[in-house]
Amino acid sequence: MKVTIDMDRCVAAGQCVLAAPDVFDQRDDDGVVVLLNASPPAEGADAVRTAAALCPALAITVED
Amino acid sequence: MTRRVVIVGASAAGLAAAEALRSGGYDGALTLIGEEQRLPYDRPPLSKQILDGTWEPERVMLRDERELGKIGAELLLGHTAVGLDTTSRRVLLDHGGSVGYDGLVIATGVAPRRLPDADLAGIHLLRTLDDALTLRAQLLARPKVAVVGAGFLGAEVAAVARQMGLEVAIVDPQPPMSRQFGDQIGALIAALHRDNGVTLRSGVGVSRFVATDGRVVGVELADESVIDADLVIVAVGAAPATGWLADSGLTLANGVECDAFCEAAPGIYAAGDVASWYNPHFGVRMRVEHRTNATEQAIAVAGNLLGDTRPFAPIPYCWTDQYDAKIQAHGIFPSGAETLVLSGNLSERQFVVGYCHKGRVVGVLGWNMPRGVRELRRLVVERAPRKATTVRNPIFDSRNTATRPGRVRT
Repeated sequence: MKVTIDMDRCVAAGQCVLAAPDVFDQRDDDGVVVLLNASPPAEGADAVRTAAALCPALAITVED
Repeated sequence: MTRRVVIVGASAAGLAAAEALRSGGYDGALTLIGEEQRLPYDRPPLSKQILDGTWEPERVMLRDERELGKIGAELLLGHTAVGLDTTSRRVLLDHGGSVGYDGLVIATGVAPRRLPDADLAGIHLLRTLDDALTLRAQLLARPKVAVVGAGFLGAEVAAVARQMGLEVAIVDPQPPMSRQFGDQIGALIAALHRDNGVTLRSGVGVSRFVATDGRVVGVELADESVIDADLVIVAVGAAPATGWLADSGLTLANGVECDAFCEAAPGIYAAGDVASWYNPHFGVRMRVEHRTNATEQAIAVAGNLLGDTRPFAPIPYCWTDQYDAKIQAHGIFPSGAETLVLSGNLSERQFVVGYCHKGRVVGVLGWNMPRGVRELRRLVVERAPRKATTVRNPIFDSRNTATRPGRVRT
């Protein structure tokens, strides 16, 4: 699984961090997404897909 | 066994339901009915990046044609559902045809409320991408702007227009967003707009529009004062788009009334802005007009349609961007809730406020503190007792303090 983020679209909702805290974090100052792991392990794939689906800014792309 | 699912509404919730059905293993027939000709698009940017021109319209598309094709759904765009026959299990369409279902998802959203005489030239609503593009073009002509209604939409539109350097007035009987978040936050948002040069007319409503030759030239208020305006944006809320369901036998109160599983009748579910359901986390019936809920509820509905029996118990999330303020909120914000500053302080416009209702934290709102509000959301998840908030953080009780920046005890 390959994860990419579009920081330009990000609205700092933090929904990704709630869904998959091992893969996403937020910058302290403006809350914009930080990708901790662009190739997360298979066991976390559902959480990452949930994060991508719940992102209100469509800022996360997941490729299998 | 469900073999024929029809989804009415092809915006965020409808699309998410379609995708979640497929990813949940549903391989039967799937029809997505959308009123607009356009491919599904996202609405939050309409009053932000589309209106201020930082995005081209293509950027709001939720999926491109290839991605939509992968869903394997029959896409009926430009079709409006006009009726529902729950006996023969068919959705009736405006062109005279009908579509049969054994599973139905209602995701028709909301329609903006209108005001009398609002068909004058120069008076605009904002709901669709076309509305936003029209409004954008009008703003470029540098009109004097009056915004009627100071909820999410009105406040955001006013901020964009002001940042374009236009003269802007907001009219609302109540301070901006105070219906959503209470008087304290309302006063701070009022101050934000005033500091940015917006004329704020709170405490008074609109009595009529003033027109010359069929074109609006001003807004007359209940106190008989007149705000000159060549462009008026009416943003006085929206009503669930349930007209087509009037004879369906479904219970329609404030939206399509559903149970905790978002089911309105056997095999019939609702998701997104149009759905009213019982949220067991808060123990109340609610209807949520926010972007994240559209997806989250659609995913839950798809699961339940495929045989899950999971109550939908989310912590609703919403946000607004105005000037340099990013305001984010998790939970619910009942009127009369007590507010407590949990982090930061109000005078610096960087804080998280908790909302306590019946002794429990039911909501947290952050102002330019995205990480902080996300972390403090756990208080809502835990239904933390009020007293738990006072030992965690240095806070003050704001019930009886002034709420204007600079006058707050911190």
